[in-house]
Amino acid sequence: MRIALPHPALALSAVLLAALAWTFEPSAGHAQSAEEEGLRIATEARERQKGYGNFTASLNMILRNKRGQESKRELRLKVIEVDDDGDRTMFVFDRPRDVKGTAFLVHAHKNDPDDQWLYLPALKRVKRISASKQSGSFMGSEFSYEDMGAVEVEKYTHRYLRDEPCGEFECAVLERIPLSEDSGYSRQVVWLDRGELRSMQIEFFDRREAHLKTMVIEGYQQFLDRFWRAGTVTMTNHLTGKSTVLSWSDYEFGTDLDLSDFTKTALKRAR
Amino acid sequence: MRLPLLLSAALSLLAPALAGGAHAQDGIADLIELSGRLSTEARLYPGSPVHPGQRSHASGFAAEATAYIEDDDGTSFTFTPFYRYDAGDPDRTHADVRDAYLLMYGDLGDDEWELRLGVDRVFWGVVESRPLVDIVNQTDLVEHPNEKTKLGQPMVHVTWSGDWGALELFGLTGHRTRTFPGRHGRLRPAPLIDHDRTSYESSAEEWHVDLAGRFSGSFGPLDVGLSVFDGTSREPTMLPTVVGSTIVPPPFVLAPYYERIRQYGVDAQITTGQWLLKLEAIHRAGAQNRRYEEEDYAAFITGVEYTINQVWESDADLSLIAEWAHDERGEWATNAFESDVLLAARLGLNDEYDTQFTVSSLESLEYSSRAISAEFKHRLSDSWSLHVEGLAYAEIDEKDVMYDVRRDSFIEVNLDYSF
Repeated sequence: MRIALPHPALALSAVLLAALAWTFEPSAGHAQSAEEEGLRIATEARERQKGYGNFTASLNMILRNKRGQESKRELRLKVIEVDDDGDRTMFVFDRPRDVKGTAFLVHAHKNDPDDQWLYLPALKRVKRISASKQSGSFMGSEFSYEDMGAVEVEKYTHRYLRDEPCGEFECAVLERIPLSEDSGYSRQVVWLDRGELRSMQIEFFDRREAHLKTMVIEGYQQFLDRFWRAGTVTMTNHLTGKSTVLSWSDYEFGTDLDLSDFTKTALKRAR
Repeated sequence: MRLPLLLSAALSLLAPALAGGAHAQDGIADLIELSGRLSTEARLYPGSPVHPGQRSHASGFAAEATAYIEDDDGTSFTFTPFYRYDAGDPDRTHADVRDAYLLMYGDLGDDEWELRLGVDRVFWGVVESRPLVDIVNQTDLVEHPNEKTKLGQPMVHVTWSGDWGALELFGLTGHRTRTFPGRHGRLRPAPLIDHDRTSYESSAEEWHVDLAGRFSGSFGPLDVGLSVFDGTSREPTMLPTVVGSTIVPPPFVLAPYYERIRQYGVDAQITTGQWLLKLEAIHRAGAQNRRYEEEDYAAFITGVEYTINQVWESDADLSLIAEWAHDERGEWATNAFESDVLLAARLGLNDEYDTQFTVSSLESLEYSSRAISAEFKHRLSDSWSLHVEGLAYAEIDEKDVMYDVRRDSFIEVNLDYSF
């Protein structure tokens, strides 16, 4: 059989035409790669959370083991936004009683590892601790330190997977892969509702690609007519059968906090 | 006693602020936050005592409670009394005011000021072996030989802090004398310590005003503190003093003598990935060495801590610690850290009970001395927790400062109730 080779000039113009057609393709779905689309959605979701200034809230966690036994954690937190950097967060623990008064300060960074300090009231000691612990359990719960912080877009690569219904909403499903080697996850799959781009569910896959945990976020409330905040977050560990229900309450926005309330000096007087 | 006076002064300062507050109609009891810990302790010394009169156990309880009250501006008063009862050694039974201070703070342009007035505790340092740079508070040595528990110290403490770090100035008076085990207690030198013979180099005695300052800051992975202290030493020189003259050989006691010293200190930690690199160093002038000669000296403790997260594919993390302590005075150093190496491993299970195991070994490079310790911590419920610790003086050289405690290995069980 004989293959007819096209004229070289003709072949070139065909490629150019195809390229032009691709560039001006009106449907956005085909205009971008899955990676670009993923990044665009993740960036948009993050942008919508910006500008809240600061807030305070209470957290309470119920840890449940396989046999259904429960233990409680109670803490309060303060968060402030920083221009061109990650948020700063101060946690103060109330329960369990033996760690009451312990405080934890995080200066999150977009591209560098976070700075973290722990205040131990019994010795009045401030300890700088390593951010490499991010995959470790937060207070014995199913949440790890990395699950507790705000998700900075720069810390992941993103990929758009598909759209699908999620409960009463229509969701965009994204895959994100953590860039940090200290992360406990190989990847996460996130369901964001198309309307408000709120995280509705996240599946976590461990380094051996096993489906480790699922986080379900419910009871969103809107503050300052703009910012959506979760009511309850349930994390289920599929490998151990343990779960943690985290409930947010007492949200207060626009408080008089400023950056000087997030220093090592402020950590020593945290209540 | 000076503390009630200080307390009432602080309360009278706070009272107008509280009365003007929005909660003035509430009862004062509703505004006070209470927290604290009750702890039962059983400590057993399996080795037979070296010194006459010493007992083989120390058991009793300790209670520490904090009352905290704050007004609408954030001005607060904190009061923390402490009491320990020990059935074995009456000198270990003691009370202390750990905290009784007024705290105020406010903006200073983009920076911030903070004032703490009253009895407080201040900690400086980064290493695990022993507190070296830390000097503001007196050691409550009867609590534990690790020197980590401190007595409350009356002070004026001003802080100016900003993005660049923090500058702190301290005015300290009302020197506290170090607590020591008594005749019936273990972990003490052979001669008895006579607190009635305490003396000071300063003619103002315990009322000398000590001054201290510290700059501290965080620069990327580095946290650093530079400090200076000028005043009466927290570490006494133990002067052998003959008491009575009719007995041959005449018995003698140790009389604590507190010199005036000046100490410069640096504490630094670099936190990078799984590694912590640590250094504490001091230069002290004005203190006497083990030969009762005044000798200026430098000392340092440096080391690393390496943490393996999710070790053995579990939730646990394992920290390995190695530190080297060195004191320029060598064999004339006044403590057991003339030249020692600490090796330790700490396993935190990260479970809901916060279970933690620690084993460590402290070995002298100068003498053939070695101490080993093992510790276990476990939360039993929201309020109850268990703490078990064993400390073994495996081998203590005759020339070592620690020789008198060579048979004072102990095992201790604490059951704590927190509220």
